[in-house]
Amino acid sequence: MQAFSTFTGIVAPLDRANVDTDAIIPKQYLKSIKRSGFGPNAFDDWRYLEPGEPGMDHSLRTKNPEFILNQAPYDQASILLARNNFGCGSSREHAVWALTDFGFKVVIASSFADIFFNNSFKTGLLPIALPEAVVDQLFRDVAADKGYQLTVDLPHQVLKKPNGETIAFEVDSFRKHCLINGLDDIGLTLQHADDIHAYEARRRQTAPWLFLDQASRT
Amino acid sequence: MAGKTLFDKIFDAHIVREQDDGTVLLYIDRHLVHEVTSPQAFEGLRMAGRQPWRAGAMLAVPDHNVPTTNRLRGIDDLVSREQVETLDRNCAEFGVQEFHMNDKRQGIVHVIGPEEGFTLPGTTIVCGDSHTSTHGAFGALAFGIGTSEVEHVMATQTLLQKRAKTMQIRVDGKLGVGVTAKDVVLAIIGKIGTAGGTGYAIEFAGEAIESLSIEGRMSVCNMAIEGGARAGMIAVDEKTIDYFRGRPFAPQGALFEQAAADWRTLKSDPDAVFDKIVVLDAATIEPQVSWGTSPEMVVPITAKVPDPAHEPDPVKADGMRKALAYMGLTANTPIEQIAIDKVFIGSCTNARIEDLRAAAAVVGTGKVAGNVTLAMVVPGSGLVREQAELEGLDKIFIAAGFEWREPGCSMCLAMNADRLAPGERCASTSNRNFEGRQGQGGRTHLVSPAMAAAAAIAGHFVDVRHSSFEG
Ligand code: SF4
Repeated sequence: MQAFSTFTGIVAPLDRANVDTDAIIPKQYLKSIKRSGFGPNAFDDWRYLEPGEPGMDHSLRTKNPEFILNQAPYDQASILLARNNFGCGSSREHAVWALTDFGFKVVIASSFADIFFNNSFKTGLLPIALPEAVVDQLFRDVAADKGYQLTVDLPHQVLKKPNGETIAFEVDSFRKHCLINGLDDIGLTLQHADDIHAYEARRRQTAPWLFLDQASRT
Repeated sequence: MAGKTLFDKIFDAHIVREQDDGTVLLYIDRHLVHEVTSPQAFEGLRMAGRQPWRAGAMLAVPDHNVPTTNRLRGIDDLVSREQVETLDRNCAEFGVQEFHMNDKRQGIVHVIGPEEGFTLPGTTIVCGDSHTSTHGAFGALAFGIGTSEVEHVMATQTLLQKRAKTMQIRVDGKLGVGVTAKDVVLAIIGKIGTAGGTGYAIEFAGEAIESLSIEGRMSVCNMAIEGGARAGMIAVDEKTIDYFRGRPFAPQGALFEQAAADWRTLKSDPDAVFDKIVVLDAATIEPQVSWGTSPEMVVPITAKVPDPAHEPDPVKADGMRKALAYMGLTANTPIEQIAIDKVFIGSCTNARIEDLRAAAAVVGTGKVAGNVTLAMVVPGSGLVREQAELEGLDKIFIAAGFEWREPGCSMCLAMNADRLAPGERCASTSNRNFEGRQGQGGRTHLVSPAMAAAAAIAGHFVDVRHSSFEG
């Protein structure tokens, strides 16, 4: 995973609650067995006027001019601003891949669905939950200033507005550490392989019916 | 010290180690795998030169992309076919047991897990699929994960987790005739909202939940995720234990009795403290129909389509207006006057034998209404299909004009050829009514199997409590 560094980017307002992962990346694109290339299909149903299928040249499709991410400068945005319960629905990590592939590094919303929230950290997308009133104010700021930018400073856990005001945000310390250093969870966990073996040995005694499969790796 | 909740009991029993900040390395007993969310995880293993930690703790099945007709001919859609073949290849390479597309045991991952006894009480169960919450019906801690976590479980048999908050949702009293598990869970989501359970593991309890069949309990836990909770769960009772006797992956003989003794402890202690408690009165729950594009947009069959003009919260009112526009509905229309084009009876919410029995009982000798262009029944697994055929349910459906299909996710999410055309309106027993979920521009109304069957015969939504098509 790429390390997450402080950056300044354009904020695209997506003024909706309950943006679900089916909307972020429609199911037909989940047939891909790759981890990249989902960017052109982020918000596909809202973004294009005619239906899309995998394998098409999406640059030839008609874009919906009303959709915010089709309008300059928001097509260059790296921060997405939305309402509550962002990322609800299916567990598809493809939703995160589509957002990062589009160019988003941060999503700000008043709340996130659990699985999406989790998935984001694994792919270097930072989800920032802020109180509803703060999100409301950001929507007003963005509406008043086309191309509005925020600076995201993860080490200090603050957003900086163009006028110098700052908004503090919460982030789990372990996840922050992994993001900033671009750490791979699996590698970290395997440092504790002995603990996992010891746990399995204990469980085999207390709950042998859970180990009817072949022996685990030693 | 206060007693423990069911969630805490299972969570605590699976802690491998705990970091100072409360992050827990949680052992995972069972890992279900399907073709959509696993290819990138297997690829990750391959690239890192890793083997699965415990391949025997995995069971794989293709379900999302499989066709529901003419299956022996293979998959026409090349991209779908590649995904299913990739699963076959990966399972062969990494030694993972898979039920292939034409195996009689193939079916929707959340139907076959319990059916095979792969799901067991007291276990931690994950799958790269949000409806993994279904398996909580057996007193298990089951939740959906993303592909990176799928790879993490494959490589380490663990996950990094924080302890969830606990919520008890109690449904007191008895359900009325014609009111099913699906109506209960839709009513719950209507009450708590789609984000109501965010951050919580929900335990469903109370007389109405206890009196549900195992299948009904699965329908309730299945949709916990629609209420925002990653996990839904229900305490173990004798119904749960009896369900597992003789299942292929379950322990047998003395080992079964040893396991059962342990399983009987899988309930919240009487003095356990939940972070939140929600109570519903079963007697007030009516058959439910969703009207919008989020599962919380649901009303009783006796109600009218809600009017955004009466919604004080402007963000919510705006959401309602967008939903009505998408759904092609006018506020204040009685739900019973909404005509439908298609009917889908299937999905991991409602495609088990009991669901098909309930639907067939309503169909009786009735015929699918003339305005309904397609009514389909898609059993949850090959074994469900076989059982239904043994009972003659297929004949009832076919005689009425339903199509009797082969098992899979089908039009629940329309990744295969089964889908709605733009503007088509569907009575569906699935779990999500999101925009485009059943096909771009398609309009989904979530209902119980009995309500879907009644709508198929009437051509519009009707109150199954007052409809009789026999005769
Ligand atoms: S039936 Fe629907 S909800 Fe269930 S696993 Fe399949 S696609 Fe997901």
